Amino acid sequence: MVKQVKPDLTVRIGKLDLKNPVMVASGTFGYAEEFAPFINLKKIGAIVTKTITIRPRPGNLPPRTCETPAGMLNSIGLENPGIDKFIGEKLPFLKKLRIPVIISIASIDDPEEFTVLARQLDKIKEVSALELNISCPNLHKDKLISQDAKETFELVSLVRKLTQKCLITKLSPNVTSISEIALAAQNAGSDAVALINTLGGMSIDVDKRAPKIGSWSGGLSGPAIRPVAVKMVWEARNKIKIPIIGMGGIMDTQSALEFFIAGASAISVGTANFINPRASVEIISGLKAYMADNNMRDLSGLIGSLKACES
Amino acid sequence: MGPKQIKAKIISNKIFRDNYWHLELESKAIAGCAVPGQFVNIKVSDGIEPLLRRPLSIHGIEGSRVRFFYEALGPGTRLLSGRNPGEFLDVIGPLGNGFVVPGKAKAARLKVPVLVAGGMGVAPLIFLAKEIRSSKPLVLIGARTKSKILCAQEFKALGCAVKIATDDGSSGFKGRVTELLGQVLRQDAPGCARRLAIYACGPRPMLKAVAGIACENDIDSRLSLEEHMACGIGACLGCVIATKSGYKKVCKDGPVFSGKELTW
Repeated sequence: MVKQVKPDLTVRIGKLDLKNPVMVASGTFGYAEEFAPFINLKKIGAIVTKTITIRPRPGNLPPRTCETPAGMLNSIGLENPGIDKFIGEKLPFLKKLRIPVIISIASIDDPEEFTVLARQLDKIKEVSALELNISCPNLHKDKLISQDAKETFELVSLVRKLTQKCLITKLSPNVTSISEIALAAQNAGSDAVALINTLGGMSIDVDKRAPKIGSWSGGLSGPAIRPVAVKMVWEARNKIKIPIIGMGGIMDTQSALEFFIAGASAISVGTANFINPRASVEIISGLKAYMADNNMRDLSGLIGSLKACES
Repeated sequence: MGPKQIKAKIISNKIFRDNYWHLELESKAIAGCAVPGQFVNIKVSDGIEPLLRRPLSIHGIEGSRVRFFYEALGPGTRLLSGRNPGEFLDVIGPLGNGFVVPGKAKAARLKVPVLVAGGMGVAPLIFLAKEIRSSKPLVLIGARTKSKILCAQEFKALGCAVKIATDDGSSGFKGRVTELLGQVLRQDAPGCARRLAIYACGPRPMLKAVAGIACENDIDSRLSLEEHMACGIGACLGCVIATKSGYKKVCKDGPVFSGKELTW
């Protein structure tokens, strides 16, 4: 009888060591306490918080979400209590979990806001990494930082100078070439890239002839965008060397595996958290079982293991 | 006792009339701690269509069983109506706050409750009426026409006084239920408005009008709101409503709000 190996799920994302490669995506997990009634939070590889800005933001006009075929649109508009209240009221709970906590940050009017946030968070030892959200589609901007390679490079360089912490740059799929932007983030010193953020989308109530969400358009997420995300992970994998955190419509172990095979070193569960609060921990167990069944000792045999189609 | 994610067995799922359905689930966890005004979030199918759960307010508790009264209107609730007894549904609940503010239950009992229901708004108000039946609630039910009046007999069976308003006058007061509320306050309860407490559930314009009447007459009002939800547990910030202290989450800060705090 062949003895099954006990798989090692650890993975290194830049300077960050994770006990498993399953994270929860920014904006889909609140500040983690919302999920405490449903799962053992300590099992999750890393938690990425809802994006924090310098000042509190009320967020966008409701209605803010609507269901779409195999997906949903959202336009929350980065509602958050602001950095000070976050540190005072939300961070203590996250600190107590003793698992890697990644703080998602964004600027609203001026990219310099990232420096203020990074300086403040750099001092907090329980903050494991910073995720630079330069790809939120719901701020009514004509152009996002992550839609321009030069701007991406400059922004990441700016923050890189200020902190030794692991930096993850979250990219938008609403671009001509994802690998070009990912390369810019890498060249500027980002430790990893997270892709993808939501795809721009719109849904119309035909009876009312009005958009279904208050800010007209929003970001599409859920299984509907998974093939787009998988392709972008694969494209970026072929161009960059830093780890990729893959996300976009991951609902279960099977869909998570697609991302690893395409080249993601870790994955984030997003919209699935809304539907099944246990999705992330179920994927951790599922991944472990898959690796054991396939005699994989660690993730190295899985990540980027994509082969050509057999004819 | 917080919310839980459970697999709840369908005890019965029967058509009542038209598109109205009664659903009964077995769940000790939910039945044991739910209060009127709370809801559950149900995954109506096993796949990704529809993707999101469907919130349903709790209609009643009977032992370890939880009852719901819903209208099979959209694709989600239509799928729910096709689910059979013996099957299991993935349910999260109980969610939200409830009609009676914890710690203020005693003060609320000293008031005469006036329940205002529009359309399917009867669903959570039956549960409330049962809980506070000893206070002899007055129930005002609004509907477009006589055949759309829901739960009038159930409210009467609980010992409530019931008044009806229909838009076309086919039963009871001709006009909106909020106009009936205004008439009741003028004729039946002049000068004693402060001894009343209004509990309402129904379409948004109705609730807004109820809040207006309550505020004008200095009556406490508790309104149960509906909004499209993604998570139902306070994480996505999708279901907010404007209040005097900023946006609040219908799923977690509500679904019941004081009429005084909403700015609509």
